[in-house]
Amino acid sequence: MPDLFAARTQMALSLGFHIVFAEIGIAMPVLMVLAEWRWRRTGDVLYLQLAKRWAKGTAILFAVGAVSGTVLSFELGLLWPRFMQLAGPIIGLPFSLEGFAFFTEAIFLGVYLYGWDRIPKSTHLAAGVIVAVSGAASAVFVVMVNAWMNTPTGISTSGGTINAVDPIAGMFNPSTLQQTIHMLLAAYAATGLVVAGIHAGILLRNRDSAFHRAAFAIALSVGVPAAILQPVSGDLSARNVAEWQPIKLAALEGQFATERGAPLRLGGWPNERDARTSFAFEIPRGLSLLAYHDPSAEVKGLNFFPRDLWPPVAPVHLGFQVMVGLGTAMALVSACALFFLVRRKSIVDQSWLLRLLAIVAPFGFIATEAGWTVTEVGRQPWVVQGVIRTADAVTPMPGLVVPMTIFALLYLGLAAIVVTLIRSLVRETT
Amino acid sequence: MTPLSTIGLPEIIAGIMLAALNAYVLTGGADFGGGVWDLLASGRSRDEQRSLIERSIAPIWEANHVWLIVVVVLLFSAFSPAFAVLGVVLHIPVSLMLVGIVLRGSAFVFRSYGGRAHSQQWGTLFAVTSLITPVILGMIIGAIVSDRVGLASGRVGAGMGSFSEVFVYPWLSPFTVVVGAFALALFAFLAATYLTVAADTDGLRDAFRRRALGAAGAVFVLAAAAIVLSFQSAPRVAHGVAGAWWSVPLHLGTAVAAITAIVALWRRRYRVARIAAGAQVSLVLWGWAFAQNPYLIPPALTIRDAASPPLTLGLLLVALCAGFIILIPSLRYLYRTFARASAPEHSSSSPT
Repeated sequence: MPDLFAARTQMALSLGFHIVFAEIGIAMPVLMVLAEWRWRRTGDVLYLQLAKRWAKGTAILFAVGAVSGTVLSFELGLLWPRFMQLAGPIIGLPFSLEGFAFFTEAIFLGVYLYGWDRIPKSTHLAAGVIVAVSGAASAVFVVMVNAWMNTPTGISTSGGTINAVDPIAGMFNPSTLQQTIHMLLAAYAATGLVVAGIHAGILLRNRDSAFHRAAFAIALSVGVPAAILQPVSGDLSARNVAEWQPIKLAALEGQFATERGAPLRLGGWPNERDARTSFAFEIPRGLSLLAYHDPSAEVKGLNFFPRDLWPPVAPVHLGFQVMVGLGTAMALVSACALFFLVRRKSIVDQSWLLRLLAIVAPFGFIATEAGWTVTEVGRQPWVVQGVIRTADAVTPMPGLVVPMTIFALLYLGLAAIVVTLIRSLVRETT
Repeated sequence: MTPLSTIGLPEIIAGIMLAALNAYVLTGGADFGGGVWDLLASGRSRDEQRSLIERSIAPIWEANHVWLIVVVVLLFSAFSPAFAVLGVVLHIPVSLMLVGIVLRGSAFVFRSYGGRAHSQQWGTLFAVTSLITPVILGMIIGAIVSDRVGLASGRVGAGMGSFSEVFVYPWLSPFTVVVGAFALALFAFLAATYLTVAADTDGLRDAFRRRALGAAGAVFVLAAAAIVLSFQSAPRVAHGVAGAWWSVPLHLGTAVAAITAIVALWRRRYRVARIAAGAQVSLVLWGWAFAQNPYLIPPALTIRDAASPPLTLGLLLVALCAGFIILIPSLRYLYRTFARASAPEHSSSSPT
């Protein structure tokens, strides 16, 4: 295996692993705080049990997220030393702020988990709120860095050396707003609906469990709004990509020719050699309409750009289809749930909706992985768009297949253990 | 040695980075040391020892661990060329350390929350990785101070040298192994000293007092071995011990702290011992830093060579100040809330 490919695989595995735990670490504290808040409001001890149970799950998942995040911060230098040498002075600021947000999160999670009997009730609830807020702040700072890699601002270079940096301009680059909103909503939608789906599955067998009804309702209250808002945020992101990363847009739509009134392709297989996307269902003018809100707008195709600047088109296009498809399914099911909520009808009595919610449960995380693939693979061959290529950033160390294999096995083992632990945690109450 | 007049932003940030590493060693280092005593738990109170260690670490280890991330982030934000050199030359030991960190952290939570099923195995994994990780951390520091990382980075740049010359020898030598063992002994010493304060029975206090005194002996022997080896392998350390203007007060301070810690342990003045042990370990760390000042990676990169542009450093300083304003009271609150390990009745040790 070539070293560059091994390095990219190791990075992709690390990020793909971490992002799941990061999303849970952002959203689970919200669920746990809502449950505790319900307990304070109603005095129903059921909610206290729920908060404690969720806190326990959060502790396991947060710890795995924390250690895998530590690995990532080192891996940036182990695998991409030249990228970090160049970018450190500009992305260091958001990463430092993230460090403090993460610190706050870890401190108050410790207080929350172990402070039930040690601190006043309202302080305990406040600690949970701090965990939730600082978790979201961490995500915002980290995604700022990724947004900068997509649309770098505040840096001027010549011949691989930096002439000037402006870290503030780097933080507020053109895709910061779109990407951070998209990531936060993804975390709340994926986590909320996975928890709701798990409890929906249990409710199908045991409709009267008050515990699972309570858990289900709180998880829905987080997942449903986020899943419904996510397509709107996706539209903002797509238009941002169209404006600032036209090659990525062309790749994710499988658009090879430059044309006015470009169609929207559903599915299909892009073939780079023939420069065409086959087997796609085409909606006339759809892409122009969606990307520019104008049915006859011109969309630049891949052919417009030099071949050596093309990202691998097939995985980007497929990843995008998967993300949009699953996201749409989540939004539709959530809309059904909202319909019953608004009419004050019980969702628990609608078996079909419970079944649908159980089916879409894992969609959020699959969509997240797909979306991450789109934004990362879609930026290739660049690690920082237009500034430094991935191939020029990789470490000169040979034999990178060895660490890649070790970390792959490590993540595989951790994933298996976490799944086992969480399953036994869920089953304790069934 | 930099005269005081040339202390500017790069030196201030480097100082804060060292202070963060110091905080990591005093908190996270002691957590590693706790794992060592978990592995070496013995005698009639064996299970109580393990339970005390777990209860003391559980609420705070994640927060303690973040100090390491602060150090890494500061390194690549403020001194990115140094981060790049370490990433290339020390790829192997840093990767091993990461595997250790991942396994230790996961094993600890899996043991706490995973029910009784495999808690024995998780406990063993937690303890073994607690043993290995500090050794590697010490080896990394030994490699840097012995000039070998800096020299190897020159070879990478020039495309010279075999794989072992660039990627293995810099960190694998008798000197680095002794520094690794020294780091482990220091962490174990810190942990045992802290545990004498956290202990809730006289039996446990005595058990950890004996262990702390034993670890102090190991610290002394390994420090002597490191100094002897340094004359050949790390002249900077030897020079620092022997000659520079700062070396006499610094080493005198270290000696006073070490003796105070031992006497206080002997006389069962545990709170005094804890402060003295912390001071001793901190002074060892600052001694290392002074020995290689003004170099970040001797002899290749000085603090000034590696420093980011002034605007970045200035903003970092502002961010650090703002961050610490939130952080310090939060940490104080955390440590105060859990100053005493919770009583053994809760020794299911996890929130229900």
